[in-house]
Amino acid sequence: MKALLALLCGILFGVGLALSGMTDTAKVLGFLDLFGNWVPDLIFVMGGAVCVTLVAFHFVLKRQRPLLADAFTLPSRKHLDPPLLAGAAIFGVGWGIYGYCPGPALSALYYLDTNTVIFVIAMLAGMALAGRLGKAGAAD
Amino acid sequence: MMENYLAPLTGGLLIGAAAVALLYCLGRIAGISGILWGAVSGQADNAWRWLFLCGLVLGAALYHQLSGAPAPTPAALDWPWAVSGGLLVGFGTKLGSGCTSGHGVCGIGRLSTRSLVATLVFMATGILTVYLLRHVLGGSL
Repeated sequence: MKALLALLCGILFGVGLALSGMTDTAKVLGFLDLFGNWVPDLIFVMGGAVCVTLVAFHFVLKRQRPLLADAFTLPSRKHLDPPLLAGAAIFGVGWGIYGYCPGPALSALYYLDTNTVIFVIAMLAGMALAGRLGKAGAAD
Repeated sequence: MMENYLAPLTGGLLIGAAAVALLYCLGRIAGISGILWGAVSGQADNAWRWLFLCGLVLGAALYHQLSGAPAPTPAALDWPWAVSGGLLVGFGTKLGSGCTSGHGVCGIGRLSTRSLVATLVFMATGILTVYLLRHVLGGSL
């Protein structure tokens, strides 16, 4: 049941990404081109999604537990720290270079474009590299 | 003019609904970078992660098959841009504990200060990067 619902949530998310235009790198780069020929459409993607989560999360998180698990698994850190800020800054640069953030890059695998596959492999390598650095840092 | 906004808005509402459903049912945050890293690094209780990620691809397939909308034109960028973009996106989202979905859609939805700040930062550096590539180094690349 849990597996089926995870699959359905993923499908719903994927339909949303493809429908919204987030899997179209030209649209995403046009949206980030604020000082050029700005295409504002994609602001409605984040806007629409956040409207839903802002209202619904409030009620979901008031429940004692989720439907199919013992507890909610939520991030515990509350304070701003250098890894958060540096990581977000670096992520934005990569997003601005190619136009994919992680979700759309994965959904776009459906289009079978070689460069999308290369992007996803490089993304995994980048995660592995940051994971190693994190471990090395923790050992110090 | 309005039809330009209808698909992004509807898509955004679906993304939000998927994030709410995942939190309600499994108690998990729909942060794609975190789910992807959890899946490939072989964390315990992993089936749901792989199935969610498969769903992302199936969802795109479903949308294009049912709507008949053509696949977007592939990026007019050579593979070194895919490598550098991918590396930075992977490195940054792991280091910064999240991406557009985990920080942007879910984190702001939980009123997390960390996520709101992260979202402002990656929007800003994304905009700055496009500005530099298109309008400062413009066209030479």
